Amino acid sequence: MLTKRIIPCLDIKNGRTVKGVNFVNLIDAGDPVVLAKQYAELGADELVFLDISATLEGRKTMREMVLKVAEQVNIPFTVGGGISSIEDVDILLKCGADKVSINSSAVKRPELVNELADKFGSQCVVVAIDAKQIGKEWIVHLAGGTVATELNLFDWAKEVEKRGAGEILFTSMNNDGTKAGFANKALAKLSTELNIPIIASGGAGTVQHFIDTFVEGKSDAALAASVFHFGEIPILELKAALKKNNIPVRL
Amino acid sequence: MKLVIIDYGAGNIKSIQFAFKRLGFDAVLSNNIDEIKAAEKVIFPGVGEASSAMKMLKESGLEKLIPTLKQPVLGICLGMQLMCNSSEEGNTKGLGIFNVDVKKFSNSVKVPQMGWNVISDLKSDLFKGIKNKEFMYLVHSFYAENCKESIATTDYEIQYASALQKNNFYGVQFHPEKSGVEGAKILQNFLNL
Repeated sequence: MLTKRIIPCLDIKNGRTVKGVNFVNLIDAGDPVVLAKQYAELGADELVFLDISATLEGRKTMREMVLKVAEQVNIPFTVGGGISSIEDVDILLKCGADKVSINSSAVKRPELVNELADKFGSQCVVVAIDAKQIGKEWIVHLAGGTVATELNLFDWAKEVEKRGAGEILFTSMNNDGTKAGFANKALAKLSTELNIPIIASGGAGTVQHFIDTFVEGKSDAALAASVFHFGEIPILELKAALKKNNIPVRL
Repeated sequence: MKLVIIDYGAGNIKSIQFAFKRLGFDAVLSNNIDEIKAAEKVIFPGVGEASSAMKMLKESGLEKLIPTLKQPVLGICLGMQLMCNSSEEGNTKGLGIFNVDVKKFSNSVKVPQMGWNVISDLKSDLFKGIKNKEFMYLVHSFYAENCKESIATTDYEIQYASALQKNNFYGVQFHPEKSGVEGAKILQNFLNL
């Protein structure tokens, strides 16, 4: 049976992890390669690296990091942040990334999704969507939730699926950083209306939140940062709890 | 050992090269027919779309070469699918090494299948030391039907062939290079054949 995936997300700036990371016995908590290796050993199913460098120099450093991660880590990983062209993707995949995630560049030019899917295959195209619930509607936002678009979450998700996205990474801006649980109603709607995998993001605080997003939210994978980085929820313990609740996991 | 990864422009070759490097082997990337022929072991990778990959194989003359190879050959993911008779992806003929057709998963499951699933009914030295129902990482929308040449099966919508073998030809649908320590064991087993 295909298992549900647990995905730690690392924010990278100029080749270093930025959010504080507090792992036991870690020599260099700022080195993404060391962290990635540790996560692979501790039961993570996949990793996501989000490049938040705003400079050209930072992007170059990111590519070097991707190469090093591919060299040393034996589980799949996705790279996102600042990707806006076929060339960007080509370089990252050649450096050994398994998937890339695009967000605002897809909103600005939706054809990019088709172009990437045609050239590299849907399996490596993740479309990340940040959305905020305003009244009854879920509105797609850009720039970390600060800029509202005209797009409705569900319409946009269906459109990128049609255009060839292989996976959706949905972050609820209402839930992100709250540690109060994932946006399971919206996730369940996405999972039911689309036929590609949905990664839940935003709101992880407890083990129960993960159980809920897999059961109520029908999510295929769950992504989180701080609960993993600060050791609040050890991945193996999380997976054991999921298994106890009859959620299929790799353990 | 001379290990060649066939480089015909399809897919994430770097990861496979790195996986062998972690095992202490330098794999050479090549599309040169003589170099591939002379290798002790050959890896046939592939990520992407089947009919365009077949086109690239035809243009480079690899389509004729691969089925004639005598040394152990390991097809990975699309590489394995291309070694079959045909694929529904782009309705293309394959290399016809494995006597089985490649079909698309129906919409009753999420497509692509993406993530970790188990391999069962293991039947080859390729899986020496691998336990039944070991987890492997898979990303695919098309599958080879379960058949006589299956050496592993996986369940997703139906039970399908997640690995195939005929004589010196091996194929795995999963990505051993991305399947942690157990995946690395399978690559090592291939080198030991």
